[in-house]
Amino acid sequence: MIYVELFLTFFLIGMFTIGGGYAMLSLIQNEVVTVYGWITDTTFTDIVAISQMTPGPIGINSATYIGYEVLRQSGASEFMSILGSFTATFAVVLPSFIIVLMLCKVYEKWKNHYMFQGIMQGLKPATLGLIGTAALSLSNPDNFIDWKSFIICMAAFLALHYKKIGPLSIIGLSALVGLLVY
Amino acid sequence: MVSLGKIFWIFAKIGAFTIGGGIPMIAAIKKELVERQWLTDEDFIDIITLAQTAPGLFAVNIAILTGHKLRGTKGSVVATIGSALPPFIIILLVAMFFTSYKDNEYVIKAFKGIRPAVVALIGVPMLDMLRSTRMRWWSWLIVVSSMTLVCLLSVSPIYILICVIAVAAFVSWYNNKKEVRR
Repeated sequence: MIYVELFLTFFLIGMFTIGGGYAMLSLIQNEVVTVYGWITDTTFTDIVAISQMTPGPIGINSATYIGYEVLRQSGASEFMSILGSFTATFAVVLPSFIIVLMLCKVYEKWKNHYMFQGIMQGLKPATLGLIGTAALSLSNPDNFIDWKSFIICMAAFLALHYKKIGPLSIIGLSALVGLLVY
Repeated sequence: MVSLGKIFWIFAKIGAFTIGGGIPMIAAIKKELVERQWLTDEDFIDIITLAQTAPGLFAVNIAILTGHKLRGTKGSVVATIGSALPPFIIILLVAMFFTSYKDNEYVIKAFKGIRPAVVALIGVPMLDMLRSTRMRWWSWLIVVSSMTLVCLLSVSPIYILICVIAVAAFVSWYNNKKEVRR
């Protein structure tokens, strides 16, 4: 039963992803390409490219796309394929939902306990370090293709830092700049 | 009290603009929630830290934690659906109709503009958070060493988080024992 397989696979992917979406990619690739053979490596590369060019977390994007593709390729109707899409997306979100909801309760109960506070004090700088890592790893030649990229980045940085433009408007504006200058 | 409809709308808006994995959306959440004083700076950093440490998708984890802080379990459900719905719909449309989406000239141009801006979108809130967290010498040590380990040595963030939790738990236990003895 393909829906059950989709559900279980993406449930596991959602459960074992720690430390951000890109860590999830190799796990997804292994499951859907190597283990199940639902899609080819080329389709997977396409999905990654599309995920980078659409909004949304990469985990949700790939679950939605793969859920649809798998059913479509097995000759299912449009409606059944959308259902596959929904199944995979729901499954990838569900484990974090359960775990994080429990974490919320733990947090509210224990947040003043010395041990919990100590752990949070250690985790905060680690989180900042991991966020910094994300910024560094995105500063690569794929994203910074020429001098115009650096100007866009600097302008966005200044506008955000001095609170002149909101973050969502920055995305809209930078898209517009991209359309105009490239 | 923040209404559920408002929570849904804010996260749907953020979900529709989340590009490059969840981390760039930190700036948007900060603007929507901290600047409206629905969350304090401290709550915000706690949420980011817990979202990064817990398994699952970072963007979804943030929605669950923030929703819970604002309106309990109901808030979590609404925020999660809100943040997952726009990417779900967009990817479904791409999968159904725009299979050549990623080769579209205008999309490529727009994303050439967006990608460098996303780096600023991560960098600015990181600097803000560094400023609003009380940093000691060991906090800086954790920031720098986690960045070095992940960036240069490709250590998985999971191990860093586990080590930090273990060491922080031990240190706070040890400090507490010392204090009790006094």
